[in-house]
Amino acid sequence: MIPGMIAMDRSPLALRAWTTTIWVLVGFFILNLLAMIASVVVNSFGTRWFNTWLPAGFTSKWYFSAWAEFQLDDILIVTFQVVGAVVVLSGILGVLGAYALARREFPGKRLVMLLILLPLLVPPLTFGIPLATVLYQFGAGGSILGVVLANLVPTVPFVVLVMIPFIEQIDPRVEAAARVFGANARQMFVHVLVPLLAPGILAALLMVLVRTIAMFELTFFTAGPSSQTLVVALYYAVYAAGVRAPQSIDAMAVIYMVTTMVWLLVALRFVNPTQLVTRVKKA
Amino acid sequence: MLMTVERVPLRVRLAAAGVDSVTMLALPAVLFVLALFVYPFFYGLALSLEPKDNAVWYANYRAFFSDPFLFDTIGKTLRLAVPVTLLCVLLSVPIALRVRHMRHQRLLTTILVLPITLGTVLIAEGLLNYLGPQGWLNRTLITIGLIHGPLQLVHNYWGAFLGLLISIFPFTFLLTLSYVTGVDPALEQAASTLGARPWARFRHILLPLLAQGLAINFCLSFVQAFSVFPTAVLLGSPAGSTRVISIAAYTAAYEAYDYSLASTIAMVMAGIQLLIVAGILSARRLLYRGPMGGAKG
Repeated sequence: MIPGMIAMDRSPLALRAWTTTIWVLVGFFILNLLAMIASVVVNSFGTRWFNTWLPAGFTSKWYFSAWAEFQLDDILIVTFQVVGAVVVLSGILGVLGAYALARREFPGKRLVMLLILLPLLVPPLTFGIPLATVLYQFGAGGSILGVVLANLVPTVPFVVLVMIPFIEQIDPRVEAAARVFGANARQMFVHVLVPLLAPGILAALLMVLVRTIAMFELTFFTAGPSSQTLVVALYYAVYAAGVRAPQSIDAMAVIYMVTTMVWLLVALRFVNPTQLVTRVKKA
Repeated sequence: MLMTVERVPLRVRLAAAGVDSVTMLALPAVLFVLALFVYPFFYGLALSLEPKDNAVWYANYRAFFSDPFLFDTIGKTLRLAVPVTLLCVLLSVPIALRVRHMRHQRLLTTILVLPITLGTVLIAEGLLNYLGPQGWLNRTLITIGLIHGPLQLVHNYWGAFLGLLISIFPFTFLLTLSYVTGVDPALEQAASTLGARPWARFRHILLPLLAQGLAINFCLSFVQAFSVFPTAVLLGSPAGSTRVISIAAYTAAYEAYDYSLASTIAMVMAGIQLLIVAGILSARRLLYRGPMGGAKG
């Protein structure tokens, strides 16, 4: 089947026009998107940019001033601590949960599945505010622990849902064989299941990583001054624009872009881009 | 006989029902969701019914629906979220139908994933530069001669609209693409062989098969558009035309420190969300009743 053959076989003129319109729309969208990203990058390297197509000159000094002004070393450390903890914890909780749900039929399983789906269907903002209140009540609000706990709410269900089809693909007889040869549950997990599941776990955790870096609402509601991640710090900087040089804010935006894009590029080596959006995808 | 039944240990009986040590591995994840999602949600519901100053239990809800400053946020949010979501879904279908035949699909989808991973905050900052009075877009339009003075595209409704469109469209599109590629091309070929023109093939073959997916897609995209926050604050006019419901919730919680009212607003948000999702899904049932076979398999 030649791609597009069905479309081309009759009334070519109207179809040509229709196809062209669609490609123009896609092109226009992508052009604006890339121009938007480029304008941030260009501005962060510009000396003075006013009333012209490009800045008067180029410099890298804004990166140094942004680094110092926004205390980016602290913020980056917090960001990596939060993201690292979220990835590890949602990996452990999610894979264990997915294993149980993939291997056993038990009464109330549908209810458990619904419970796990819900946090993904409700916008973070609606449970973010009550959750922040609860966390503050237990003394975890405004701390890194609180931020990690809040970010785990959508990521644990996400890992469970992504991992279930991966686990279902593994023949249970492999596990039975390991048990026959005397492996206990822990050894079976570490030496048999985890190596077999490695591609799935890697894909799921990379998606968690990329999404946690960009997760704004939950972090925003639970973070205190010392537990801000990069995206929240960026929000405050843009919100208080006028206080600092716009180039300095854009330098921070570029640093943020680089941290997400590096991981996105790594992730894209292992996952299909559509998987970052469609959560429950048969593997 | 009775004796033997009683002697079967609880462990064995549970295992027969599917509950054993393996099932227990789901316990941490379930407990986690119960403690950090279900409990806070009901805590928020209870909190919303305990207004400040010992007022009647429904005082917060009365305040929300009688104070135009709060109540109008629903209309403002819907005026932003509904057109953006509709536009995204409507645009995504013809584009996805073309793109499925494309050879370099992965490159295009990668470019489209960018706005999702960058997040709404970065898009807002980028658009402030790009759409601003001195930005490249206005500059280009003036150079071409399309307009004479710069268009006011930021800090108003249109700023928030465009920001939301750029953040949501990729998400909607990738979902539509995954539904569209799930339709067996043989169905369309068969219709074509029988003489169906492109529009008839779309209307009678593709649309019924895609209806369910598009309804779900609308709901998932709407969930994001409805809780718009950074975009409305940074690109819109948060005190005026884009004072959306999430801004009201944020102000109540972190500026007025009235967590009870903030929880009320969060509950109202969840309620409206639920109503709209239920409405869409039942409308879909009116449009098409029948097996989903062939669409996703």
